[in-house]
Amino acid sequence: MAASVVALESLLAARTLWHAGRRAAIAADGMPTGHAALDALLPQGGWPRRALTELLLPADGVGELSLLLPTLARLTGEGGTVALVAPPYIPYAPAWQAAGVDLAGLQVIEAASRDALWAFEQCLRSGACAAVLGWPAQADAAALRRLQVAADSGACLGFALRDRKHAVNASPAALRLECVRGTLSQRPVWQVRKCRGGPAPAQAFVPGAA
Amino acid sequence: MLWACVLLPQLALDAVLRRRPDPEAPLALVGGPAQLRTLHAVNAAAAAAGLAPGMRLVAAHALLRDFAMVEHDEAVEARVQRFLAAWAYRHSSLVSAQWPGCLLLEVRGSFSLLGPWPRIEARLRGELDALGFRHRIALAPTPRAARVFAGLRDGLAIPHAATMATQLDQVPVRRACLPDGLGTRLQRMGIADLRSLRGLPRDALRRRFGLPLLEHLDRLYGQADDPLAYYQPPDHFDARVELGYEVESHTALLFPLRRLIGDLCTFLSIRDGGVQRFVLRLEHERVARQGVADGAAHTDVEVGLLAAERGQAMLFELARSRLERVEIPAPVVALRLLARQLPPFVPAARDLFDTRSQQQLPWPQLRERLRARLGDEAVYRVAPAGDPRPERAWRKVEGDAARIEAAPPRPPRPLWLLPRPVPFVEPGLPGCARLADPPTADMGIGAGSPRARAVGPGSPARRGARILSGPERLESGWWDDADTRRDYYVLETAQGQRAWAFAPPGELGGWMLHGWFA
Repeated sequence: MAASVVALESLLAARTLWHAGRRAAIAADGMPTGHAALDALLPQGGWPRRALTELLLPADGVGELSLLLPTLARLTGEGGTVALVAPPYIPYAPAWQAAGVDLAGLQVIEAASRDALWAFEQCLRSGACAAVLGWPAQADAAALRRLQVAADSGACLGFALRDRKHAVNASPAALRLECVRGTLSQRPVWQVRKCRGGPAPAQAFVPGAA
Repeated sequence: MLWACVLLPQLALDAVLRRRPDPEAPLALVGGPAQLRTLHAVNAAAAAAGLAPGMRLVAAHALLRDFAMVEHDEAVEARVQRFLAAWAYRHSSLVSAQWPGCLLLEVRGSFSLLGPWPRIEARLRGELDALGFRHRIALAPTPRAARVFAGLRDGLAIPHAATMATQLDQVPVRRACLPDGLGTRLQRMGIADLRSLRGLPRDALRRRFGLPLLEHLDRLYGQADDPLAYYQPPDHFDARVELGYEVESHTALLFPLRRLIGDLCTFLSIRDGGVQRFVLRLEHERVARQGVADGAAHTDVEVGLLAAERGQAMLFELARSRLERVEIPAPVVALRLLARQLPPFVPAARDLFDTRSQQQLPWPQLRERLRARLGDEAVYRVAPAGDPRPERAWRKVEGDAARIEAAPPRPPRPLWLLPRPVPFVEPGLPGCARLADPPTADMGIGAGSPRARAVGPGSPARRGARILSGPERLESGWWDDADTRRDYYVLETAQGQRAWAFAPPGELGGWMLHGWFA
């Protein structure tokens, strides 16, 4: 009997199990996103560490980089390495620099689509990178699970930027954010679709509002 | 001066054995003309079966049916001796490989750096064992005496000249390394040791045996200078392993490759250098086909790194992954490693209080792994450049060396830049009617903007795109034939994307998409 209680406690502590409807003690050990409103929404108070975060986009250029830039700027400023694996466009150096990213820590990796997943996983697993951004277009659930495990063993932040059509599929990512059209403004807002450690908040994050 | 002599009694055999995956199997070095093949040296397993140096090959085959045979080559022996001289250079600045089968090191100069003689000796022995060479070591005030003592007893160290003279007096003439085989002759004449030899009148000795004997004696006792040819380290690395059999698979090449890389790393740490670029040369059997010149008798595998390295495990992994990507066109008979550029090696500084755990892969190693598979140009950093034209306002930076300057202040720039501008059509943009004409470039509309589609002149712009800011006139490049005159605007599409597009100067239309404010 006692053993089962202990097991339950440990499950709760590991946040693999949580009380429905109750926002129990959750360690706010996330990596701050740099957006106070988003931090307040997320149960861990930021990006989940050692995990994959999925951003679901209706198109390119909807503000996905602006969402990540405060984090990337802080990580590169601390001397960490941020890797972009097979980005869809050229990361335009003057703009990244103006956003505060230390370009000395920003590495771009060009890869054909079949090698991109491999490179993404290598970067995540190596532990050499503080954060890795990837655009896995054809990744299925098994590939995403590999990426999630790689991010865990490499202790780094993984960001997978994918098309919104994948939102209906289940995903092993620790956090899923979907970019949707805001009701008030034309600017897109970010809706949390899944987050480890609690129910997904109904509220959306409006960039630039806070 | 104090001289240490490292005598290598089985140099040729050890050089062969250390490259074989199974050194315990019986093996013999075979030399001599084709009609009269004789064994030059045998390893322990072969000796246990009764084989001995000097034996005829036929007799050896009668004793032991199956043993490996390797052709004895004086050139190989000399090359290995040079390699060991390079190794010895790590412990002393004066190294000589003048006499075959042994190395001479001046060690008194090394005492202050490496500690007293017993410590140096232990170090030499440990490293020679790791390299796989049998050895005998002795120490004496003159190089020739050290050589003689090494032949007499392993580990003999006589640092004082007076003691050395008394010890030398007792050495039998046959063991005194006298020139031209004089030792045996003198012994047959009844001269037992060096004391009685030195007791003979010098004049008579010179007339009877020639000047070299007297010179040898004087140099042995330190009464005359002994000019030695000192070893000078080469400024490149070139090593070769002959396989002795034809290899067509990659896996069989890995063992000799590991040895070669190990030798390279030993060489690099001696020079305190690193390697940035080396070539693995797979040598093929020369087949003289009729009418076809045997031009490409080898396949080269280039291994290039962005920074100088000398970690053995890392270099091996890189060389291996490059090698595995190469198709082997013909059987390989030898493997050669050439490194011409050996830049100074700067070890990466690691913070003592680094939060990253140390067993994880450092970035340079990860970068080389990625480059090995994805190609040499696959990994780079980006840096701003001074040119105002957007496509030239950034550049790729490879390696860690270059400093990244700050960009000159300019109006807001997009985070994503398209590799080349593509025509941009969105409902609601002024001038989109013009694009009913076929656009100049026909590629990439769908790639740049998934929802972009052509609209007729009268189509309603329900929640259409709009101009947020602009224009910003860019006019530059008259000097290099890439003259550009553009008005840049920040646009917002119906989907909420922010686009950076340009139009011909003074017009609103003919939009070309050049970036996304992501």
